[in-house]
Amino acid sequence: MKARVFVTPKEGVLDPQGKAIAHALGTLGFSGVGEVRQGKVIELDLAETDQARARATLDEMCKKLLANTVIESYRVELIG
Amino acid sequence: MQSAIIVFPGSNRETDVFDALHRAAGKKPLTVWHRDSELPKVDLIVVPGGVSYGDYLRCGAMAAHSPIMREVKARAAAGTPVLGICNGFQIITEAGLLPGALLANKTLKFHCKNVNLRVETSQSIFTNRYSTGQVINVPVAHHDGNYFADKATLDRLEGEGRVAFRYCAPDGSLDDASNANGSARAIAGIFNETKTVLGLMPHPEDATHPLQGSLDGVPFFAGLVEALT
Repeated sequence: MKARVFVTPKEGVLDPQGKAIAHALGTLGFSGVGEVRQGKVIELDLAETDQARARATLDEMCKKLLANTVIESYRVELIG
Repeated sequence: MQSAIIVFPGSNRETDVFDALHRAAGKKPLTVWHRDSELPKVDLIVVPGGVSYGDYLRCGAMAAHSPIMREVKARAAAGTPVLGICNGFQIITEAGLLPGALLANKTLKFHCKNVNLRVETSQSIFTNRYSTGQVINVPVAHHDGNYFADKATLDRLEGEGRVAFRYCAPDGSLDDASNANGSARAIAGIFNETKTVLGLMPHPEDATHPLQGSLDGVPFFAGLVEALT
């Protein structure tokens, strides 16, 4: 089973990269862009076939390593 | 005083802190490679600066979960003093020895320069040779030194006297220009609950020799050696 983990800066945490991207979009002429937040996507190939077990393991992976929950939130997506 | 310096792939300030400790203690620190499972009994453990594991995932994240750090955490819990400098601060924070996290500098630039720090307390093994409120001049060299913690954590750190250093102007006052990386409440370094663990972004070890331009880091190491000998 494949999984995707989305890690993004938490609400209220300063994201200077997102700010820089928003600024660059503005200078390229894209108007109407509000706040931009930049995160990362981590794709994993798992041997696990049970969705519930995969979710539980991924949740543990996120808490222990993939995300720093002091500053980041995460979301898990299972793909087939 | 016998100290040990933990070296990870990508550490690059281990010789700087080795020299500073050697000069201060008159005794060479041990260097311990991250793969070594044995950590000799020592009076001080140092996690040095650098770019451990290429800053993959997040600064310090990989090193924080390496086997040697389990042992460092166990020693810290048993009371062995731990000093994390720069990337070492990021590593021990990721490892949960200190609260909060280090974000990218608000300027998104790598800051490599001397800064002024206000010593927030002289009541610690790390700062006993300074006076509270004293301003010292030491270098910083980091891209992710922007200290972040939620309000409750920041209030607790301040309430418990656990802020060690703040970025300040030459006269000790606080302003945005002096706090160039954007750290919450201008925090440059913090202690754990027992003040036996210190993490800081600036490099006191690089202000311990006349050729380095500042000697303001000398009391840091002299005081540490005195406290732990």
